[in-house]
Amino acid sequence: MSSGTRTLVSPLTLARPRGKALYWTVFTAVVLLFALAFLFPVYWMVTGAMKSPDEVTRTPPTLVPKAWHLSGYTDAWDLMDLPTHLWNTVVQAAGAWLLQLVFCTAAAYALSKLKPAFGKVILGGILATLMVPAQALVVPKYLTVADLPLIHTSLLNDPLGIWLPAVANAFNLYLLKRFFDQIPRDVLEAAEIDGAGRLRTLWSIVLPMSRPVLGVVSIFALVAVWQDFLWPLMVFSDTDKQPISVALVQLSQNIQLTVLIAAMVIASIPMVLMFLVFQRHIIAGISAGSTKG
Amino acid sequence: MKTASKPVVLPPAAVGAPEVPRSAGRRARGPWRRRLADQSRAYAFLVGGLLCFALFSWYPAIRAVVIAFQKYTPGSSPQWVGTANFTRVFHDPEFTAAWRNTFTFTLLALLIGFAVPFVMALVLNELRHAKAFFRVVVYLPVMIPPVVSALLWKWFYDPGAGLANEALRFLHLPTSNWSNGADTALISLVIVATWANMGGTVLIYLAALQGIPGELYEAAELDGANILQRIRHVTIPQTRFIVLMLMLLQIIATMQVFTEPFVITGGGPENATVTVLYLIYKYAFLYNDFGGACALSVMLLVLLGLFSAVYLRLTRSSGEEYA
Repeated sequence: MSSGTRTLVSPLTLARPRGKALYWTVFTAVVLLFALAFLFPVYWMVTGAMKSPDEVTRTPPTLVPKAWHLSGYTDAWDLMDLPTHLWNTVVQAAGAWLLQLVFCTAAAYALSKLKPAFGKVILGGILATLMVPAQALVVPKYLTVADLPLIHTSLLNDPLGIWLPAVANAFNLYLLKRFFDQIPRDVLEAAEIDGAGRLRTLWSIVLPMSRPVLGVVSIFALVAVWQDFLWPLMVFSDTDKQPISVALVQLSQNIQLTVLIAAMVIASIPMVLMFLVFQRHIIAGISAGSTKG
Repeated sequence: MKTASKPVVLPPAAVGAPEVPRSAGRRARGPWRRRLADQSRAYAFLVGGLLCFALFSWYPAIRAVVIAFQKYTPGSSPQWVGTANFTRVFHDPEFTAAWRNTFTFTLLALLIGFAVPFVMALVLNELRHAKAFFRVVVYLPVMIPPVVSALLWKWFYDPGAGLANEALRFLHLPTSNWSNGADTALISLVIVATWANMGGTVLIYLAALQGIPGELYEAAELDGANILQRIRHVTIPQTRFIVLMLMLLQIIATMQVFTEPFVITGGGPENATVTVLYLIYKYAFLYNDFGGACALSVMLLVLLGLFSAVYLRLTRSSGEEYA
């Protein structure tokens, strides 16, 4: 029971028999509580989809399905046209991620290293958008997307309606800019003396040095689009173009419960998988981001 | 990237040669032209991002204020109506309900969504085993799409086959109407939001708790402080800043709640869960009244802008920007 740092309860107290007994009681209680609060709902969802339509509405409910049906999942896949909606979500998330990486990194690099005139003003304007709650602006943003100024085109029902607004992400841009600020000038000047242009310096010097922050920005960008609901609800009135989040809600009214639950599980799988793969980075990012800027 | 191959083909002799290096040659062209070239290059990198910010952040923010004073329906030319939108929205019975619900939701989310994760983090920080398990499990609901958690809890709250009432029956407690009852709907939504989001809060608290120097606890213990006193005099003062930051962020986030009421209750029963953002949505897409929607948006914007300003001021002054 060795521990690195001293916390609320002293190691000495924990080493005593009473302390040990208490510790393991609390430990067991917390494991059970966490399993019940966070794992059980997920278990209930995954197995609920495999119950028969009768069984899922039965009271008292069954903890384990009497018979395991996979038809819930296959029906969801076919009836709710999940391949289309999943693909729409992938396209929307991938495009938003790519454009954000390209435009935000370029802009952050310029603001950090190229000393543009009015750079301070531009950065101030970008940071000011952090103070404006995003959701409160959805209606005027919708009107802009529906009829772009000057060129008068509509991006409604077009993935560009998700991609381009995603670029205007002050948080990610600022994160990148702050990281670039830490890269010493000498390194870039050395590259310049070697004859590298600005783009070449960005591509072969700055970006490889920025892998950690690019990873964080990528995860933020992908999760944000995958989880969003209100904005795609506004942008995509065309059913065939809707991402899974919108489609689930729109179809939830007239579909059998087991099929809907199965679709919910399928919609969660990509994000949960990504989390399980990158959990170290994601959790470290959240913890680090909070204690220091 | 076309310039990329150039330095490679330079003969090795050129390095030691007395000729002026390329970059210096650029400088020799004179400060004015060089500055112009540098500027145009800098702006070439900036232009994409800048355009997106201009179109989808700055312009809509200005436009919200403009349209709030206009009669605006897409397709027809807008007319100035002064403060008519504000007065109309203000006299809508849903207006009072929406603000009351939003404030209540935010307050409840603060009470529940703060106390519970704080206690959780406090306990988790004392546990020496299975740390990774706890962290992953507590964060799992955050990764489940909000729409899915909302639909999941809608099913749990179902008066017939719902798990929530089943659990109450199991414990021999009276059943509840949950999201279907006018007096319980809002708190039901707070429970969903708390369940879905608390993972992040717990992890941030955990990080903050781990930053507390152990000596402080040791000293307090030597002075005879029991566990509760140690929490009161060491833990809470040491984490006060993070708690304050998260509280402001949570106020800003929960005041924009939309998905849960939209998916679970549809604003009902009897407007018990209509929130301000939901009302904005209704004005725009149900009533086709964009002037009213923007008037409401401006109100929300001003209020939340105040909270954001306080947040930024506090984070700046402590030297910790954007925690």
